[in-house]
Amino acid sequence: MPGLGRAALALALALLVYAAIVGAYAAWKGRRRLLETAQSALVAAFGATAVATAVLFLAMAFNDFSFRYAWEHTSIDLPVIYRISALWGGQEGSLLLWMLVLTLVAAVAVVFNRKLVMNVLPWAVPLFGVVGIFFAIVLVCVSTPFGAQAAPPDGLGLNPSLQNPYMAAHPPLLYLGYVGITVPFVFAMAALISRQVDERWIVATRRWTLFAWTSLGFGILLGAKWAYEEVGWGGWYAWDPVENAALMPWLVATAYLHSVMIQEKKNMLRLWNVVLISLTFVLCLFGTFLTRSGVLNSIHSFAESSIGGWFLGFIAVVSIGCTLLIISRLPLLRARAKLESMLSREAAFLYNNLFLVALALTVLWGVAWPLISEAIRGVAVTVGAPYYDFFAIIFGLPIVLLMGIAPLIAWRRSSWRSLLRQVVLPAAIAVVAGTLLAIAGAGSSVPALVGYTFSAFVLSAIVLEFARGTRARHRGDTSWWSAFAGLVARNRRRYGGYVVHASVVLLLIGAAGVGAFSSSQLVQLSPGDDVTVEGYTLTYVGAEQSHTQNATEVRARFAVSRDGSDEGAILAGRNRYFAEDQTSNEIGLRTDWLRGEDLFVIADRFDPDGTVFVQVIVNPLVNLIWLAGIIFVLGSVITLWPDAREQRRIVERFEALAAFKTGGTLGEGSATPAPR
Amino acid sequence: MGTLALILAALLAVVCIVVVAWPILRSAGPTDSLDQLDAEDRERLALLEARDRTLIALQELETDHREGKVSDEDYRTLVSELRAEAARALAAIDAAREAVGASDDPA
Repeated sequence: MPGLGRAALALALALLVYAAIVGAYAAWKGRRRLLETAQSALVAAFGATAVATAVLFLAMAFNDFSFRYAWEHTSIDLPVIYRISALWGGQEGSLLLWMLVLTLVAAVAVVFNRKLVMNVLPWAVPLFGVVGIFFAIVLVCVSTPFGAQAAPPDGLGLNPSLQNPYMAAHPPLLYLGYVGITVPFVFAMAALISRQVDERWIVATRRWTLFAWTSLGFGILLGAKWAYEEVGWGGWYAWDPVENAALMPWLVATAYLHSVMIQEKKNMLRLWNVVLISLTFVLCLFGTFLTRSGVLNSIHSFAESSIGGWFLGFIAVVSIGCTLLIISRLPLLRARAKLESMLSREAAFLYNNLFLVALALTVLWGVAWPLISEAIRGVAVTVGAPYYDFFAIIFGLPIVLLMGIAPLIAWRRSSWRSLLRQVVLPAAIAVVAGTLLAIAGAGSSVPALVGYTFSAFVLSAIVLEFARGTRARHRGDTSWWSAFAGLVARNRRRYGGYVVHASVVLLLIGAAGVGAFSSSQLVQLSPGDDVTVEGYTLTYVGAEQSHTQNATEVRARFAVSRDGSDEGAILAGRNRYFAEDQTSNEIGLRTDWLRGEDLFVIADRFDPDGTVFVQVIVNPLVNLIWLAGIIFVLGSVITLWPDAREQRRIVERFEALAAFKTGGTLGEGSATPAPR
Repeated sequence: MGTLALILAALLAVVCIVVVAWPILRSAGPTDSLDQLDAEDRERLALLEARDRTLIALQELETDHREGKVSDEDYRTLVSELRAEAARALAAIDAAREAVGASDDPA
């Protein structure tokens, strides 16, 4: 039934065109009922896209190879889970997923913020329509997932490296992030068009932004976990352009999440915030362009790509459109207040913003320069890890330090004396930790030692903040636990944010551990030979072969002992996939949760004489990176949890506004603001 | 396209058309115009925002002072500034309300 899928997509395109054109007319003329129909068109567009996705999903799940896309990305022997994840394994399917998520979030965002959209931001409806039209056109006219053919007996299968549980979850999370950012972007642009640049669009989209940012961050980490286990070079992040494609919008969105707090509290940085959210959205489009246009393989494959030009054109249209709109609204975006002191929490947020954006732009230059060089000079250049590592250290360490200092500074203005009193304990702990680590030998890498010292500072500052807050609430018959729970529940954004900061510190500790202190040996072993790395001794027992549903597995078996005690066996080798006619490395991994370290074994060459080439790597603290992912999600969930008081404050403000006209008294400060 | 696909596609199109037309088909609301804020409303809203912002800033100052992030001396200066700011915001709201009352007064 490829025809049904094509028809559903064409219908979705028509509905989005309706939402854009009729929605714009209704917003312009202030016509309520027409705007409601445009809003319903967004909901119907999601329904039509869901039908199209379901058609493709069923084709892949039930091996209907009359769908060219199903034939190209699945096979009869492919396990069911990967037949499903193959839905987003190729260009057309991943664009369909983009559009499905986009229409879903557009429908949910306008329905859940109905009052705001109908009365304040009617332009949100046509703008969602415009973004949706781009993806619908690409899917209907340029890169359809519903190409039909006479059904062959079997499919070509899925790229072996994509046959991994992390890769099943990684792309949808990234798309949730990319597409989720569309909501604050669209609302920001609608606020500019409507000249309603007060804080309502920020309040309405805060949880969307946090959700998108969390999805993107967690998706990046799952991608790193996949790279660690599947690509199998022993590292976890290689500054690959595909990885950077998601990192750039995440960094700018992080800056936005911080600076938007200053707008809420001080009515400052309005211009900066709309620039940041626009840049985040453009970087999300750029990220999709990078991964889907083929431009990363070569500028020539971009020229042959069916969608590259379309994406580049849309990015240009969005960038120019945003810029012109922002320029036309500059008088409205002028700050109503000034930074009172360079020693204040808002100033610290501003410094953090500058470092985050600088890091994002540096990464962008590292990604873009090889493309520009090849396009203009015809010379292929590579920007390697040393470039990124240098700037990650230069900009990353101050960001970490500011994570510790900013919460200790008061809003508006502080004094050096107050600040010194606040930092003395965490600073002392950091100095002690740094000294002990230097004595223990961590001084072999100065950036790592500095990173660990800063990490100790931030973690102790966070603990101190929790302790102070809990102590302040622990009075009378309130238990310590109730005081702690009440503290977090009443200030979710603040304390959830601290938990996220703690996760970033854990990630830094893990990353520095792998980057600066991992040990590795590459050897050729015959059965009975052994190799020792960092106390682990691996004795090669021999090779063994087995068969699974869709592959032949060859494994080298090693007996592992550590400091003389038996630690069992570890297997590493290769898989040969029948349908795909490809091989993949399958690493051996042993985790020591107590130390947070991994024994990582690569065995990728088996010679006929019975020898095996094996690389043994010991990665200290690497598991803190994955633990950081869990804590990151936990902290994000705390900040995401709805705060009814904030919503009530906005409602009360509007009641006060209505009271202006009726001569009531609600405007006299009866609205008790929720603490933020 | 096969017959079944054609029927399903037509059915989907009909459902979508009904969904889109539903706001017009159902009983009409009291008004067809969007209830948008005019320039005066936006100005009043800005005053209310400023009031809320100042009251929140006062609460936060109390917290920062209690946690030792603001010295007693800074606290005294800041709290008097913020109270003055809050008073100005409330006075501006009162003035705006009186202006509305005056314009509504037929005399």
